[in-house]
Amino acid sequence: MNEPVLPPIGMLAELTHRCPLQCAYCSNPVELLKANREMDTAGWLSLFEQAADLGVLQVHLSGGEPTLRSDLVDLVACLARRGVYTNLITAGVGIAEGRIEALAAAGLDHIQLSFQGAFAATTEKIGNSLGAHQKKLETARRVRAAGLPLTINAPIHRHNMEEVPDFIDLALGLGAERLEIANVQYAGWALLNREALMPEREAVERQVQIVEEAQERLRGIMTIDFVTPDYFAIYPKPCMGGWARDAFMVAPDGTVLPCHAAATIKSLHFERFGDWSLSRIWHESAAFNAFRGTSWMQEPCRSCERQEIDWGGCRCQAMAIAGDAAATDPACVLSPLHARMGALINEAIRTKAADTTSGAFTYRRIGKVAEPTV
Amino acid sequence: MTHTTRVRAVVSLQSRPILKSHARLQYDNVREAWALLSPERVFWPNEVSLDILRLCDGRHSVAQMIALLADQYAADEAEIAPDVTGFLQEWSDKFLVTL
Repeated sequence: MNEPVLPPIGMLAELTHRCPLQCAYCSNPVELLKANREMDTAGWLSLFEQAADLGVLQVHLSGGEPTLRSDLVDLVACLARRGVYTNLITAGVGIAEGRIEALAAAGLDHIQLSFQGAFAATTEKIGNSLGAHQKKLETARRVRAAGLPLTINAPIHRHNMEEVPDFIDLALGLGAERLEIANVQYAGWALLNREALMPEREAVERQVQIVEEAQERLRGIMTIDFVTPDYFAIYPKPCMGGWARDAFMVAPDGTVLPCHAAATIKSLHFERFGDWSLSRIWHESAAFNAFRGTSWMQEPCRSCERQEIDWGGCRCQAMAIAGDAAATDPACVLSPLHARMGALINEAIRTKAADTTSGAFTYRRIGKVAEPTV
Repeated sequence: MTHTTRVRAVVSLQSRPILKSHARLQYDNVREAWALLSPERVFWPNEVSLDILRLCDGRHSVAQMIALLADQYAADEAEIAPDVTGFLQEWSDKFLVTL
């Protein structure tokens, strides 16, 4: 590790694991934390002050459902006072009257609102929540009325991939500046539900065409950001922009991690804010330094000219598929295990064909569910 | 189809560009550089981009911006005009500037 450690730019704050929805692909860990494990207001405020001092410019306030934190307005006000850009990532279900306006007044910069389907039936089925779609539409209207910029986030998988054109129309109709078509990443609950969520290859190819055509057609009208599905990829994504390179996340109890799923790498220990300062964690945590830069890389990454483009891809996916967090992300065509990704797609499709009842989800719930085995 | 009501803004000399409310230009004391903050990305504009962005205040027309920048850089208006309008169109398409 000889590369200089630069200050972090972005921080994802998972304020709570509580959520009114039960999406089967949630990026939260399978072992969810109950409310009594959440860091208190003073803890979050202190963390945000230290984050601003350290150089963090953007905080994504997420969860679970972040609006379930009764102190959210105070947290936003603290970040706004420090000039930190705030993005609220919400499911938009059950936000009390006046709350969005209060957040805007406190200095909130942007809202990202998720839709599980482009139609009510899909949204309700995926989130396992009756009436959710209608509430989300109402939230979008309130966001616009409060003068806040809006991104619609659509997590995509087998059960809603055919609705991509409808998601585009929905986002346009709601006046969103941005739409994220984000194919589900198989970590956390999505890994547990991988077989039920895995799309077919032809559907993925159709989706790519539809999105690319819409990006061209809607240039200057609405931005469409496309998160492509790793299992169908040739090269991996630069996950988190590189491990501990310019971003990190914080779990509800204050544990600081390089990414959502990092706790699945059992050989690493992650420090909690409060036990250590944020600056010390960022610079000295053994877990943060484990995969920083390029010197930890094995072949084929070690000699690859793309090593500073994708930074070896996703460490958690390497752990899940290759059984080695320091391996090349198997999403990469150069990985000796790349064929395993294709085999997992085929296996999911075969299972679906053989069993018409498959496709049922293990819905996200707080409580004991075994970690998936691969 | 709802999107027929939304059209792409195209830059003209009469446009009076202004930074979008979700885009914020601010000085970063830690890195000692100007940053443009937007929902998912942070941009680090160079000196020329900064001079253009600072004029995106909703008061200056593109024609006035070109005149001011030509003066500032001791350049021909005709020479820099395509660069300025090209930049503004690109930043409008990125949803960072309203034309």
